[in-house]
Amino acid sequence: MTALQHVKLGIYYVVHLPEADDFDFWRERARALVQCEIPPDRIAWVEPSGSGDLFTHGERRMPVPSDDARQVRASKRFVSLARNAILHSEPERFALLYRLLWRLQATPRIMEDKADPDVRRVEDLAKNVRRDSHKMHAFVRFRLVENEDEDSEAGEHYVAWFEPDHHILRANAGFFMRRFANMRWSILTPRGSLHWDGETMSEGPPAERSDAPGGDPMEDLWRSYYASIFNPARLKVGAMLKEMPRKYWKNMPEAALIPELVAGAQKRESAMVEEGALEFEERPDTLATIDKAIHACRKCPIGQLDNHAVMGEGPQDAALMIVGEQPGDQEDQAGRPFVGPAGQLLDMHLEKAGIDRRGSYVTNAVKHFKYVQRGKRRLHQNPGAKEIDTCRWWIESERAIVQPKLVLAMGASAARAILGKTVSIAKVRGQPIPLEDGSELWITAHPSYLLRLEGPAREEQARLFDADLAAMRERLAELSAP
Amino acid sequence: MSARTILQKLEILADAAKYDASCASSGTAKRNSMGGKGIGSTEGMGICHAYAPDGRCISLLKILLTNHCIFDCHYCINRKSSNVARARFTPQEVVDLTLAFYRRNYIEGLFLSSGIVKSSNHTMEQLVEVARILREEHDFRGYIHLKTIPEADAEIVHQAGLYADRVSINVELPTDSGLTRLAPDKDARQIEGAMGKVKSDITELKDAHKRFKHAPRFAPAGQSTQMIVGADAASDADIVGKASRLYDSFGLRRVYYSAFSPIPDASAVLPLKRPPLIREHRLYQSDWLMRFYGYKPAEVMQATEADGNLPLDIDPKLAWALKFREQFPVDVNRASKEQLLRVPGLGVKAVGRILASRRHRNLRLDDVARLTQSITKVRPFICTVDWRPVTLTDRADLRSLLAPKTEQLELFAA
Repeated sequence: MTALQHVKLGIYYVVHLPEADDFDFWRERARALVQCEIPPDRIAWVEPSGSGDLFTHGERRMPVPSDDARQVRASKRFVSLARNAILHSEPERFALLYRLLWRLQATPRIMEDKADPDVRRVEDLAKNVRRDSHKMHAFVRFRLVENEDEDSEAGEHYVAWFEPDHHILRANAGFFMRRFANMRWSILTPRGSLHWDGETMSEGPPAERSDAPGGDPMEDLWRSYYASIFNPARLKVGAMLKEMPRKYWKNMPEAALIPELVAGAQKRESAMVEEGALEFEERPDTLATIDKAIHACRKCPIGQLDNHAVMGEGPQDAALMIVGEQPGDQEDQAGRPFVGPAGQLLDMHLEKAGIDRRGSYVTNAVKHFKYVQRGKRRLHQNPGAKEIDTCRWWIESERAIVQPKLVLAMGASAARAILGKTVSIAKVRGQPIPLEDGSELWITAHPSYLLRLEGPAREEQARLFDADLAAMRERLAELSAP
Repeated sequence: MSARTILQKLEILADAAKYDASCASSGTAKRNSMGGKGIGSTEGMGICHAYAPDGRCISLLKILLTNHCIFDCHYCINRKSSNVARARFTPQEVVDLTLAFYRRNYIEGLFLSSGIVKSSNHTMEQLVEVARILREEHDFRGYIHLKTIPEADAEIVHQAGLYADRVSINVELPTDSGLTRLAPDKDARQIEGAMGKVKSDITELKDAHKRFKHAPRFAPAGQSTQMIVGADAASDADIVGKASRLYDSFGLRRVYYSAFSPIPDASAVLPLKRPPLIREHRLYQSDWLMRFYGYKPAEVMQATEADGNLPLDIDPKLAWALKFREQFPVDVNRASKEQLLRVPGLGVKAVGRILASRRHRNLRLDDVARLTQSITKVRPFICTVDWRPVTLTDRADLRSLLAPKTEQLELFAA
């Protein structure tokens, strides 16, 4: 019987595939059928457990191609797509691939025509299968089963339960083998199972979820990692769902957390901002606004104490801004900066250096007095780095309004308020430090430091302080010169 | 301080690492654990083992060795003056955690960073020690990304590159003035110097590997960096300019953008509102335009608006096309690949399909529709055999016609 006779007689062929993912079997049969010129509409492809009743009466014996039958042609691209597409759970895939193979004989470059519906369809199937494989690589979760009979290393057995959409299990055995070559593992699925003992791979029958272990203590750590790495300030549920659809969630230990993480996200974000408690409004643009605002400022713990804000004082167009640390007991009561003992000492040294305090803008890094109560006395406390940083908002606003040519920071706190970092006074004193806004910063000791010293040490420090002031005054004159 | 459990440490140190944007595990040398003693493989493609509700891929165990830090960078939650809970892993603890997670197929590997403790060198040595134990004692062949510390000695950074697949150094902020103001302990020249050194190590050892089979690999997945967006005054045009300069000078694989997000215990120097998340997204899109679509940095900058920022309501490619309407419509049957890549709505894949298909047929609008995601977006900018947008490209309201509807935008809105 020649191939042509089959067509004439209108015989239908039924091909039963031994396995749903058996590409080689399909290829061998398809090649023979093409060689016998059996058109696509005369063949039914039946996979195991698939229903082929419509064609049960068809011819099951394969036609035999004649010796001079034409070579069957298939491009590399077709073969690589077909290998993947055949793993798809779509029952029509065998027929579709055969139709395309059939058409390839007349139009060898058809695979390049991406607008062809058959080509598109095969590409889509292959793409779905690749995606399913990729998700399997990603979402399989092993659980450790300790087998106490054996010695500890060999006794460790990792078992996973996974539900793929397509017939991808066998095709992906190699990936898991290469990755976990020295581990004993099993992957159980409703379509079959795989077992690797460190040397050989074996296949098993379809499994059920209950065959897999129910948990693993390590999952607590993993869940905690999953919850911690998530940034509640950037909720994008849609993006997550696109890549990790709900169907996978039931076999992923971490997914149980998702609803509560999403619900809690808005709450957690506002808590994060509140903890920072830094909701400053618009930057104030007059000194009067700052004065008013600092009295209401409770952004740091110092503002919560029983004290008054002390505003800077001096001309708004002063060329020199003098910055101290914070108001002391007397300043707090007077509501003016540098009126206590340190202020008096400062005045003396300024006069000696020929600097006019009334022509300068005098202020503090921190606007409130920080203290601890000891009986009736309020003992001065240094402000912390965080408190200084919080208060930078105000001194930066003052600098923006006054726009001094030169800023004199006295002490480490004042220097931090201007620079944003803690510097060593001894290293940086007595020299200009250019600031971002074009002005210059000079750093020296705080006069209260001199007050705490005695004898020669105090004399030495007073000399250095004077020298700094003198150098600064000279520079100020230079800067102020027209 | 009472001793913390591994679980408590993990919570603190993973939480502290979440501000790092990168989680990539792709593009490294191919290897697997066959014939070895341990586990692990890298086969080219990165794998995202889970996705967090923030839409980000979880590919690596991304943690800090410690969040103690002697630096005081204002945008960073772990800065010295911050009040966060502190914790510290030993290198062995990180190794055990990595292996336990890897065996269960939770991760592709480890992304390890750290706050600076004692000194930059000491910290860098600890990071390298983790990688050394994983590679040498456990024959771990999964992915390792080490954050390197620019202030550390070049020799230790070099060690890191010998164990890791990828090393990265954060430039932190797009402008030097921003860095000076917000990261007073860091120095832009030092950061770029370290990146330059890593680049030359990569080039040198890649070359050696070509000639001698057993030459050591050095960071086969290259180096990357990260920039924080919205913490300083830099505009998108500044950022795009900086990124392209970094790509050119240091051969970076990626520049990551991280929208400055409100962090607990923030410093007062920072802006208080976070930039809209969509801004970060637009910057990534512009990154794509430069890397895959043949746009020059100057051309991306042309897409910005008067304030130097990219429009938020439409993507940068559409913004560029609306500004240069004279370049359209493009004839899909004749135009060059470069021209097709400029059509809003046509991706690299769609362009490839068009180029292949048009050798076989004259494309009609229906054909193009089959090859693209959305024909409505593409239609005003192309001609086919049966379609020509007569007045559409000249319409003044084209932008509003093509901009996504506001309901969609709110999904991402700040």
